[in-house]
Amino acid sequence: MAYATLAEDLKELHHPKSWVGKYIWSQDHKYIAVQYMMTAVAIGVVALVLSDLMRLQIGFPGSVGFITPEAYYQMITMHGMIMVIYLLTALLLGGFGNFLIPLMLGARDMVFPFVNMLSYWVYLLSVLILVASFFVPGGPTGAGWTLYPPQAILPGTPGRDWGIILMLASLAVFIVAFTMGGLNYVTTVLQARTRGMTLMRMPLSVWGIFVATILALLAFPALFVASIMMMLDRVLGTSFFMPALVSQGQLLGYNGGSPILFQHLFWFFGHPEVYIVALPAFGIVSDLIATHARKNIFGYRMMVWAIVIIGGLSFLVWAHHMYVSGMNPYFGFFFATSTLIIAVPTAIKVYNWVLTLWKGNIHFTVPMLFAIAFIFTFINGGLTGLFLGNVSVDVPLSGTYFVVAHFHMVMGVSPILVIFGAIYHWYPKITGRMWNETLGKIHFWFTFLGTYLIYFPMHYLGLLGMPRRYYEYGHTAFIPDTAHYLNAFITTVALIVGAAQLIFFYNMITSYFYGPKAGGNPWRATTLEWQTPTTPAPHGNWGPNLPVVYRWAYDYSVPGAPEDFIPQNVPAFGTSRNHKT
Amino acid sequence: MAMAVAVAVLIVGSVLFHLLSPWHSTPLASNWSSIDNAVTVTFWVTGAVFVAINSFMVYALIRYDRRRGGQATYEPENAKLEKRLTLWTTVGIATLLAPGLYAWDKFVTIPDNASIVEAVGQQWEWSFRFPGKDGVLGTADARFVNENNPFGLNPNDPYGKDDVLIEGNTVHLPIGKPIKMVLRSKDVLHDFFVPQFRARMNLVPGLVTYFWFTPTKTGKYEILCAQLCGIGHYTMRGYVIVDDQRTFDAWLKKQPTFAQAVASR
Repeated sequence: MAYATLAEDLKELHHPKSWVGKYIWSQDHKYIAVQYMMTAVAIGVVALVLSDLMRLQIGFPGSVGFITPEAYYQMITMHGMIMVIYLLTALLLGGFGNFLIPLMLGARDMVFPFVNMLSYWVYLLSVLILVASFFVPGGPTGAGWTLYPPQAILPGTPGRDWGIILMLASLAVFIVAFTMGGLNYVTTVLQARTRGMTLMRMPLSVWGIFVATILALLAFPALFVASIMMMLDRVLGTSFFMPALVSQGQLLGYNGGSPILFQHLFWFFGHPEVYIVALPAFGIVSDLIATHARKNIFGYRMMVWAIVIIGGLSFLVWAHHMYVSGMNPYFGFFFATSTLIIAVPTAIKVYNWVLTLWKGNIHFTVPMLFAIAFIFTFINGGLTGLFLGNVSVDVPLSGTYFVVAHFHMVMGVSPILVIFGAIYHWYPKITGRMWNETLGKIHFWFTFLGTYLIYFPMHYLGLLGMPRRYYEYGHTAFIPDTAHYLNAFITTVALIVGAAQLIFFYNMITSYFYGPKAGGNPWRATTLEWQTPTTPAPHGNWGPNLPVVYRWAYDYSVPGAPEDFIPQNVPAFGTSRNHKT
Repeated sequence: MAMAVAVAVLIVGSVLFHLLSPWHSTPLASNWSSIDNAVTVTFWVTGAVFVAINSFMVYALIRYDRRRGGQATYEPENAKLEKRLTLWTTVGIATLLAPGLYAWDKFVTIPDNASIVEAVGQQWEWSFRFPGKDGVLGTADARFVNENNPFGLNPNDPYGKDDVLIEGNTVHLPIGKPIKMVLRSKDVLHDFFVPQFRARMNLVPGLVTYFWFTPTKTGKYEILCAQLCGIGHYTMRGYVIVDDQRTFDAWLKKQPTFAQAVASR
């Protein structure tokens, strides 16, 4: 029992003595989680505003004076990078990872609290560097979030002077921050689980976060080296990614580098990144569905293995982003096959979510609404992945709005829906108060229906052949006027959905002060985070004695039990049916 | 109930949108019906799965709403069902993969009789080159690019002398003959994308890339750059005009060779 040494460590905790020690330089995983969440959401709001601005240009070209082509390309670039890295990755792993891992596993904190604190502050630094690029001469980079060289570092691309340097520096700093956090999460999961918390009794949220963190620790180094190499190309004139080329009439000094090498490095990171975002969302949504359907998650062991298999396969599919990149076309056979294979464990997860609802006792709470919306949205986004993964089907669709619609559906809206559901779900534990249900439902309907109206029709613009990353289309013979009307419609909906998020912020902020007291376990959930002695949980989480785990995380509606849930720390008793794990 | 209704409406709405939407693939103007077939098969299979799973979910949402009373069933696993679902999913995936790989096999196999045409990209315009009588493109390199030699052809390469250079943004191609489109970029990544042809490929500086297609309909088609190439990306347009053989031959004859172009400068 290797975990027992840490779990039973009775060393006295050093509680912070000052306000600053408690809230600013906090080493408590719960405060660090909130710091991560607030920072990620703050920068995410910037990205949301950018998306509405760029949608204005697409829907109503020229209607906003300051959106020049330069500004437009800078907006799409910053929107993409912020959403993927600084919002989704940071919020799911830094935010929910920090909050949930120790609480769900019955640990007092992360195993390295100081490194955990450092991780947040270095993350904040990376965000500040990124934000600084808005204020330097030439503005942020407009190279597209994929930062493909050579254009990313050549004249002719906005932000070539300073923006790209700050972007690369910010990414490198972010990865340093993540590595500190990530090593912490993995070590905590492996070493600090409380007595009885075997790996196969962990809630799926932790499984998703755990495997995603391992992926990130393996994938981010590829982005790190790519950033450093491109930085050297830009600043010192090396030629890692730069062949001999003539830029705007000038023969530059580069020679012999490979732009495709960058794409391999970028997507070797970039594809696992999709699952770095998706797996925590998969895990969290499993727990939301089980709790609010009052039913065990269907096929728990299969769900765990699916997460592990998806994580492993995610390293073997990266070049499906590069079918028309000019790499050796024979790679297409392998990567199409590996990509479609990954659909099998993913489909199993979807079946098991739906089968968890089946014969459940479904409570349509706000977190549950978001979870169901996730299933629907994810089915749609996952299925369109079968188009783009299947090499020859990808050829006419690559680089069009079909791609934009697909990845927003599958790794934009889907995880965001889970994040909203998760915030509504755990808000009472984080703050001790409950939010306003009516406002939560209004926010839900705007967000769910709105995002579907934005992205579902967008696929058809891509099918038509409209390329993405176009400032304007001008007159193009094959694009009918109706396509422009559709774009205007999408923009209108996007503005409404963007504005509707104010309801969420209003609800969260006012509830913090005026919301009714929530109680320790408002959802009557089984997992350990709901069994803390006080709510919000104190520093060290558990008071004098750590909880001991006797059962898996999904003992809902057990026949013969007095209530429809049995917390994990309730000892086995005669009438209960323990799951074999 | 509201959620079940909403999902049901979205299922029906999505299917109707697909059937009635005026926005579908542009009419095909090349040999790549195999790609279109793979797209169609994928739409049918994924569409069926979309309707099936979501409808099942709608039914579950109505049937097991807590307001109908009743308790949840305790059923951790059902190995038989899980195995069966895995098997059928695998069959479905194979159904999609087969036509995809079949089309890709054609895509990577250049017909022996394909004639070579080169498209050259630079920020933010297109130019083109035919190999001339010898059927071979002369070598080229960024170092040779200058005002008098915008294509960067190697002046010492005998194969390059008879290459036909098209400096405008419009190229003509003959109908009914396979074309191997050879792609070269002088500066950054670009993408030769004519939606009606379906096939396409990136242009990569430092590399020569290619793809092939056979134009099957005469007409004028727009080339859109589909790989972000800087501030003027969206303005980088070109045109392919597909002619019958005789019109094409007459047009090609009027274009200058590299040797003529050098001599006239």
